[in-house]
Amino acid sequence: MSPRPGFVLEVDRSTPPTLFWHGEGFRMEKLPVGTRVVYPPEPIKALADPDAAIREALENPIGDSQPLSALLFPGAKVTIAFDDVSLPLPPMRPPDVRQRVIEAVLDTAAAAGVDDVVLIAALALHRRMTDDELRHALGSRVFDAFAPHGLLLQHDAEDPDNLVHLGVTEQGEDVEINRRAAESDLLIYVNINLVAMDGGHKSVATGLASYKSIRHHHNVRTMQHSRSFMDRHRSELHTSNWRMGQLIEKSGVKIFQIETTLNLDTFPSSFSFLQKREWEWTLRDRAAFQATRAALDRTPPAMARNIFQSIRSPHGLTSVQAGEVEAVHDETLKHVHAQQLVSVEGQSDVLTMGLPYISPYNVNSILNPILVACLGLGYFFNLYRNKPLVREGGVCIMGHPTPWAFNPVHHPSYIDFFEQVLAETTDPVEIEAKYEEAFATDPWYIHLYRTSNAYHGVHPFYMWYWCAHALQHLGQVIIVGGDRAAVRRLGFKPASTLADALEMAEDVVGRNPSITHIHNPPLFISDVT
Amino acid sequence: MKEILVERSVPRFAAARVFSAVAGSGNGVNVGPLRLADREPVALPGPQWHRVRPLLSGICGSDLSTVDGASSRYFESIVSFPFVLGHEIVGVVDGGEFDGTRVVIEPVLGCEARGITPLCAPCAAGRKGACERIAFGHLKPGLQTGFCHDTGGGWSESLVAHVSQLHVVPEHLSDETAVIVEPTACGIHAALLGAVVPGERVVVLGAGTLGLTTLAALRAYTLPAEIVVVAKHPIQHDLAQSIGADRVVKPDELERVVRRITGSLALPLEGSITRLTGGADVVFDCVGSSSSIASSLSVVRPGGRIVLVGMPGTVKVDLAPLWQREVTLVGAYAYGSESTPDGFRSTFDLAFELAAAADLQRLVTARYPLERYEEAVRHAASAGRRGAVKVVFDLRRSASRMRRTTLKEGTALEETPKAATPKAATQ
Repeated sequence: MSPRPGFVLEVDRSTPPTLFWHGEGFRMEKLPVGTRVVYPPEPIKALADPDAAIREALENPIGDSQPLSALLFPGAKVTIAFDDVSLPLPPMRPPDVRQRVIEAVLDTAAAAGVDDVVLIAALALHRRMTDDELRHALGSRVFDAFAPHGLLLQHDAEDPDNLVHLGVTEQGEDVEINRRAAESDLLIYVNINLVAMDGGHKSVATGLASYKSIRHHHNVRTMQHSRSFMDRHRSELHTSNWRMGQLIEKSGVKIFQIETTLNLDTFPSSFSFLQKREWEWTLRDRAAFQATRAALDRTPPAMARNIFQSIRSPHGLTSVQAGEVEAVHDETLKHVHAQQLVSVEGQSDVLTMGLPYISPYNVNSILNPILVACLGLGYFFNLYRNKPLVREGGVCIMGHPTPWAFNPVHHPSYIDFFEQVLAETTDPVEIEAKYEEAFATDPWYIHLYRTSNAYHGVHPFYMWYWCAHALQHLGQVIIVGGDRAAVRRLGFKPASTLADALEMAEDVVGRNPSITHIHNPPLFISDVT
Repeated sequence: MKEILVERSVPRFAAARVFSAVAGSGNGVNVGPLRLADREPVALPGPQWHRVRPLLSGICGSDLSTVDGASSRYFESIVSFPFVLGHEIVGVVDGGEFDGTRVVIEPVLGCEARGITPLCAPCAAGRKGACERIAFGHLKPGLQTGFCHDTGGGWSESLVAHVSQLHVVPEHLSDETAVIVEPTACGIHAALLGAVVPGERVVVLGAGTLGLTTLAALRAYTLPAEIVVVAKHPIQHDLAQSIGADRVVKPDELERVVRRITGSLALPLEGSITRLTGGADVVFDCVGSSSSIASSLSVVRPGGRIVLVGMPGTVKVDLAPLWQREVTLVGAYAYGSESTPDGFRSTFDLAFELAAAADLQRLVTARYPLERYEEAVRHAASAGRRGAVKVVFDLRRSASRMRRTTLKEGTALEETPKAATPKAATQ
């Protein structure tokens, strides 16, 4: 039986309560009659032989590219860059797709007599990965072959000796990327396209770039002009990256892009109820849900976090394409859309969403309040094509505990941003003008980014900018079940229950509002007509 | 005459210490050395002394230390039991040539008040707070009014003060402004002792009365690039902001804020910050506890200064950073005269000006009659948490009642030699 597409349910009196993610837990909410619930499509079938598909893609590139084996030659200097710990979500059950692809690339390189190969985690301004995380992404065979010899590197966006300025785009954007990558005979980028935003020229132009370069597209203006950044052709973020990518190619950097897509088989069988529609839950699903919820109720938050962070996703590989960047990415997007697009008719007054425990920036960490905002207003709000699910001036209601808690190793500048910047203002434009440079150039943050496992000092700003389009579009943001002080610090309204939140929303959008709930994750894109 | 008396009683001091340690500051008040007494007023010690009927009398941190049995044993030889607490006093001269004059008492009992001539070197230089004779002369030991058996104190219906201690309150100043003059003088003395150079970054640790008056003084008399105030409670936060702090932070935010504004690095290399490699130029510790001194040391830059404004007791502090970073730790006690662009001026004169200009009467946030002293002490001990800053005894009703009684009975008023007059404030 072929997988069912996404589905929009209209709640009636017989509809059972709807599951809302709530951090490291869940809430069952009785939505008002008439509410639309958008469910993700079922996972499409994974490739039966992913390794064969990968080999096939390497030797049958698309766009203006020769097969990988033809691009490699004895004595060639080759760099393999790969997406970092932020992808996929949750982390994949081994073998990770990066491991599969890189092993195939290395086999091809070895066959071609290439012995100067360096691997680089394309961190951009993300935190350095731990050895365990690298081993998980690459597999022990690759890790043990490269790491002990200093051939497994992590991109350092603050290392002037290992950056090279390739030029300035016609829009005045500096293009500065990793020197080793730029000076290689071949740069192979291994990507995971979990959502439509990933991949394409953004892989190199952001993943291997410096702050000086990234700041041109990670800013309030581009975010407010990306409708949305999940739709590359309407995304200023991507337009800027494309300009930079084209300049990189014109500079003589030879890129062989390998992009992969995954299906929506997001959670292991013990959490299978998370991928089902509530009225289709079996007795076993109900029992699993009740047992999970009861256990979580008695589990301290830190332990619950560890339990959830240990989830390994069974994601299946649905496509792999290799070759010239833009051609590859166009094909990738078709596969992403084939899995994730759900047609939704029209906007509503209120958008509701339950936020899970994980975002790209808190793998093995805490989803701090800034990341809560970014996950809801940055990512979930922007998972649309054409127009947002909620009308301009509407209300977004998000559910999450939003603890006033931070991981001081991973997110040192987040703490200061939350305590010092958001205490002054929540206006992204003012924040950018007044505070970004000081945080971005702060020597302590730079030191921690380069030597520890800290996100760059400017990163919390980007998370806030990620929310800029939603903040501009919405009339109000309400968080249900969150730490009230933390929610207020974000500039949002706290509510104890969904019912309270809906009542508060009426003050903004009027009585009997239309409501849409996104039953997310698994992740999907609403194609709003 | 009613007064709150402190008696020498080792068991009661011990009980107060235990109670306050277990139940929190102020909670040892009913088992400690304090009691409400009804006694004859203290006698005038000499011809230049005046009887003063308090109108308002503040409860200070040092008073609470006494109530809690937590004062340092250092003070044992420079106080004399039994004594009446209270050294933040605005009152009315009762009798004599200045009968009815509203005055603020400068409580330090230096050489002049003690009838000691020649004056010791600090007193001669106008630095009364550093008087070397506070246990000598014709008065029993006592560093200040409020700790000396012979003078009485402000937590009473009557006390005595030497003419050199009296500052006339300008007509237009409220009693609340006047009662805040003494802690304002402490703040001014501390702020100027910090010798803040224009452009320096300053931290004021603590936003109780001393912290806020120090802040007001820093704003008035120095030109720092930035003043960061550490405040625990919302009222302290709001007042600090309105008095002129550039940034008001919670205690657990201090290290991070100072690190960021000074461009310092921090240690350890991962996780939560325990200390900075650079830091603020000057830290005013207006708390005086082990943890506040440790915090001060963690955020002051190498070669920086820490001014200890809050009264410490026996503290346990790791002084390795003081040594390794060559930090100067200086105490700031009381007042006297200060070097200003206009020459040396009395700290109290400056305090009258500043208390009025910065509207510091707003720090007076709770008033109690003497009879409810236990409640008042508990309130003062938890002032910030309960939305207060300065808690005072309001003796205005009893002062006017006593005065009516005195006049009716035709009691003789003390004569004051014409040569010795209370100082007029410059307001």
